[in-house]
Amino acid sequence: MTRKQKRLSVIAGGLAFLGAATGLTFYALGQKASYFYMPADLTNASLQPGQRIRLGGLVEKGTIERGQGATVAFSVTDNQKQVKVTYTGILPDLFREEQGVITEGTFRPDGVFVADSVLAKHDENYMPKEVAESLKSKGVWQESKSD
Amino acid sequence: MVETGHFALVLAFALSLVQTLVPMFGARMNNQKMMAVGGPVAVTGFALTALSFAALAIAYATSDFSVANVWDNSHSLQPLIYKITGTWGNHEGSMLLWVLILTFFGALVAAFGSNLPATLRANVLAVQGAIGATFLLFILATSNPFARLNPAPIEGRDLNPILQDLGLAIHPPLLYLGYVGFSICFSFSVAALIEGRIDASWARWVRPWTLVAWMFLTGGIAMGSYWAYYELGWGGFWFWDPVENASFMPWLAGTALLHSAIVMEKRSALKIWTLLLAILTFSLSLLGTFLVRSGVLTSVHAFATDPTRGVFILCILTLFIGGSLALFAFRASRLTAGGLFHPISREGALVLNNLFLTTATATVLIGTLYPLAVEAVSADKISVGAPFFNLTFGPLMVPLLVVVPFGPLLAWKRGDIFAVAQRLMAAFAAALLAVLVTALFIDGASVFAALGVGLGFWLICGALTDIAVKSGFGTVAPSIMLRRFAGLPRSVFGTALAHLGLGLTTLGIVGTLCFGTEKILSMHAGETVQLSGHTLRFEGLYPAQGPNYSEDRGRFALLGADGSTTAVITSSKRSYPVRQMTTTESGIKTIGFSQLYLSLGDEGTDGSVVVRLWWKPLVTLIWGGALVMMAGAAMSLMDRRLRVGAPSRRRKSTGAVPSASLP
Repeated sequence: MTRKQKRLSVIAGGLAFLGAATGLTFYALGQKASYFYMPADLTNASLQPGQRIRLGGLVEKGTIERGQGATVAFSVTDNQKQVKVTYTGILPDLFREEQGVITEGTFRPDGVFVADSVLAKHDENYMPKEVAESLKSKGVWQESKSD
Repeated sequence: MVETGHFALVLAFALSLVQTLVPMFGARMNNQKMMAVGGPVAVTGFALTALSFAALAIAYATSDFSVANVWDNSHSLQPLIYKITGTWGNHEGSMLLWVLILTFFGALVAAFGSNLPATLRANVLAVQGAIGATFLLFILATSNPFARLNPAPIEGRDLNPILQDLGLAIHPPLLYLGYVGFSICFSFSVAALIEGRIDASWARWVRPWTLVAWMFLTGGIAMGSYWAYYELGWGGFWFWDPVENASFMPWLAGTALLHSAIVMEKRSALKIWTLLLAILTFSLSLLGTFLVRSGVLTSVHAFATDPTRGVFILCILTLFIGGSLALFAFRASRLTAGGLFHPISREGALVLNNLFLTTATATVLIGTLYPLAVEAVSADKISVGAPFFNLTFGPLMVPLLVVVPFGPLLAWKRGDIFAVAQRLMAAFAAALLAVLVTALFIDGASVFAALGVGLGFWLICGALTDIAVKSGFGTVAPSIMLRRFAGLPRSVFGTALAHLGLGLTTLGIVGTLCFGTEKILSMHAGETVQLSGHTLRFEGLYPAQGPNYSEDRGRFALLGADGSTTAVITSSKRSYPVRQMTTTESGIKTIGFSQLYLSLGDEGTDGSVVVRLWWKPLVTLIWGGALVMMAGAAMSLMDRRLRVGAPSRRRKSTGAVPSASLP
């Protein structure tokens, strides 16, 4: 092979490799990216059964129920709609009533959201960004009392 | 003292401008005096930045709450070590640390670069000075750590409790030494482009810097991973969080650079590619700094969400990445192409390594930036997490890991793949044995798990084979073998150690992910629980008082076969009154290479406590492997050939067979 042919074959090989990787990447993005919703967004959303989403909002006051063992049920609200969530595990240290949370999981056929992870805000100035922005856009945002 | 610090920082900024302009014009006009300015200015700039950093650290150590930054991130009751580490536990201080390390590397080039060609040295220092100038301006204009408060508050607002940990003393400095260390490779590349000239001595200079940066970055990432593992109480060692990815991308690109620089140094091939990789690696470091510091992402690392800062860093990013790539586009064609090689050769193997690593970097980059892009163009908010990376990054890494043992055994220029495969038969047999043992004797082992264990053993045995073959194991008499072994270049040991560490990390990841078990339950005092053959008894909650927090300690007794207590594991819920924050301290017991990990949840109304327990087999190998990789890098650095200033003596003193001449 001449130098030129060699170089061309290397470039072709590299491109084929990159193409395969790109295809895989975009397939994975389509399949595995999880969308973020607030409870009120869900009426317009067309969800596949079993599709993983992230559901954010405030923990509604008075809805936290501790069940058997480590199972906890609570409602996530954006002050327009509520969604009942169940979660088995240890809640984050900052999980409280009327605080912003993001839960990730899937809907059960009966409409209860089964979360396998729950994130709460990290410190007193921080609320999950998606939650804060969505609440602001819905006009139910209240500036935190600290600061 | 505080004002001295601020003043020193302003001076450092002024000097960095001098460092940028004077040597660069000196190099253009071939003016020796102007070029010589770079060195002393770089050293002085470092000294001034260090003074400034020391001033801030002293303000922290002495709890000077008249400094706004100290007030916001410290408390008089904190232990001294956390007061000091708090210096960089905030946006302003961590940027100051960033610049301190940047100027430190600049000073190192000035101090050890006396044998570099004068124009190259001047240009390198100029580029390094330019990076320093922009970041110093960034600190002075948007993130002044020395701003005063009047009147001075009596008490501070405490450091974020999650950061009150020894991890803060180790993780950021190591990570920054890595991140910023790549700036040297960047400066060398840009300098080479400015000069339009690149040769093997360039690679001899760049390789040790890459090794140093890579070594520290490996340590920084591993330390960050272990810190998150024990501090957050979630039991995971890697979350594919954008902030983690931000440090992982330069690591992947840096690993590629490390390997392509070998080809360039030994065979003077892949010159242009190596140069581009050096630029890309530091660009990814800058991108990481932007992602973490601009507040576009929410995480524990995003201290600040001041939009002007984000815009400023974005400008720096555009200037350096855009500028260097444009320079590359214009100048790269001037550089001469290097030697030829057959696809089956050491060079070919290293090209394959580069192909995989850069593609893997690209997938991580896409996964990290895609959510930001989607949010920018539509109202959708998406998150890309572990499932995405498992599907893209995983398939790219597995074939790379499979071919790793072949690389070092192939000869330069034209290799014999069958001969290499023959030499690797023993390693292959060992890996196969590991697969069979795992599949047959470990309950619940899936095919994937067994293959994963085999892959780990394959890497480890492959690394050992490399050493064995190069010492002449089985082909020469034992005494000659020992002599050859002792005479092998350090870089051969470095390679083998790094690949062995990779195998250990692989084994740790496979062990934890495939054979780990976990349980979540609520326990009353006195109850026992079984997990993977370990029996734990919950002894109860005991209140305790720390210097700036109060805590409830959950005591767990690990019971032996006869029911006696063999160890006590404590996990606690801490509450920090100043920030009104609660944190969970996980309880960890290391047994062999594995760990028993537990973390406390909420207390129920009936006095029970939710407990989450994990059995994590071989988990410590994940970080242990990283330490071995660092040792490999350190070993390579000790190679005489790489030691700048002592390049020639080796040829006479050792009778070793150079690795390149081996069949």
